[in-house]
Amino acid sequence: MSLRDGPLGEIKPPLIWLAGVALVAAIAVGVGLFLSDGPHGRTFAGLRRAADGLASPTGDVMSAPVRWTGDAIGYVGDYLRAGSQNGELRAELAAARTWKDQAVALRHENERLRGLLGIATDPPMPMVSADTVLDARGPFSNSRLANAGADQGVTEGNPVLSEHGLVGRIAGVGPHVSRVLLLTDVESRVPVMIVRTNGRAILTGDGGPNPALAYLRTHDALHEGDRVLTSGDGGVAPRGLPVGTAVRGFGGAWRVALDADAAPIDFVRVLLFKDFSQLASPAELAPRELPSTATEAPETPATIVPSPPAAAKAPAP
Amino acid sequence: MIARRRPPLSPLVWYGVPAAAALAASLILATPVRVAGLQAPEPVFALVPAFAWAMARPSIVPPLVLTGLGLALDLLWGGPLGLWPTCLLAAYALVFAARRILSGREFLGLLAWYAAACATAMMVGMVLTSLRAGRVPALLGVGEQLLITVVLFPFAWRLIERYEASETRYR
Repeated sequence: MSLRDGPLGEIKPPLIWLAGVALVAAIAVGVGLFLSDGPHGRTFAGLRRAADGLASPTGDVMSAPVRWTGDAIGYVGDYLRAGSQNGELRAELAAARTWKDQAVALRHENERLRGLLGIATDPPMPMVSADTVLDARGPFSNSRLANAGADQGVTEGNPVLSEHGLVGRIAGVGPHVSRVLLLTDVESRVPVMIVRTNGRAILTGDGGPNPALAYLRTHDALHEGDRVLTSGDGGVAPRGLPVGTAVRGFGGAWRVALDADAAPIDFVRVLLFKDFSQLASPAELAPRELPSTATEAPETPATIVPSPPAAAKAPAP
Repeated sequence: MIARRRPPLSPLVWYGVPAAAALAASLILATPVRVAGLQAPEPVFALVPAFAWAMARPSIVPPLVLTGLGLALDLLWGGPLGLWPTCLLAAYALVFAARRILSGREFLGLLAWYAAACATAMMVGMVLTSLRAGRVPALLGVGEQLLITVVLFPFAWRLIERYEASETRYR
């Protein structure tokens, strides 16, 4: 049945006015929701978890046939290029053997030096593998849905890597699914360092493919191709995760070509990383008993001072 | 524009089907798949019904449906809640206000207005995101999404044609 067949169908001018009022009210609701939503959607976290929980299996099912087709095309392509790939792989293997020898020598030297200095090495970091099932890549939000959640120990803030480098960090966690805020998102901020100069910067996303290096602080000038790693500052991510290489942007500002862009981000690893501020319990660090304090006027002791022994209670001569 | 008469549109067909189609298309294009190393574009399908609804038959229903559709997009894309409802409604409001000017225009005229409505939505999105994140989103990305959304105009045109073919009062 058409809406105009209803009892209000013949009242034309009020309908237009009602439409206008409904429009204004809806805009007010939209703006109100926008203003009340906290950073990374924390205000409506429950609603987001529920929506992500619904979207994840749907995206999983929808992406599966396309993924199978892609795998099949890749398989045929690999078969056709097997001969030329064989030569390339032999050359890569020869180069990798040289690097392996150098890496083994450096590892032994590093271990000896660490032993001499008495430095405690970082404990191995547990990680969880996941598929990405949905992908938002618009200018206003860049995030992905990964099918690993709280049931596998993922928590908000965990860094996420692809096989090539850092992808982003966990911004929301559901029971079986988590939302990854990509480095390119306009709300993403990650402290990084320039390997060659030991400079520091904040990697700032803006919805484009190459995040900017904001608040860049370095003694030497940056060069195209300088390696950029996470600095570990602020406990956002552990130090030394590969991020990308420095490139000049359109306006001359320094940006980063992300390592993670080298291949599709189908599979990711979530580092179950906790920084010291997360590990430390403020309750445990707080002193359980306040130390006794000797004052010059024992007749007016502070209330927090433990009771002195009986001998000490004798009045002063 | 259309000579052939069709039966009146039910609210389900006029509101439900375009909204569901826009949501389904957004969901399909949100799959993380690359073809020949290239990612699929991410157009805002919901701007198609937003334009058509404001053009053809404004009522109290479209703002409500657009709010719901925008919220669904926010949840799907992981953006701040309220961003896309406001953007969609801004585009709807522009066409709603200029509805009398638009009536009777042909394909190219309506295409220009559709592009203006999409640009309005993107502009609102840019302003809101800049206010929230303290940084202006990349103009290249905004332009790319605007362009790929404008390309969807034939769907809006088809929707308006479908409405005009069934509604006698509109002519």
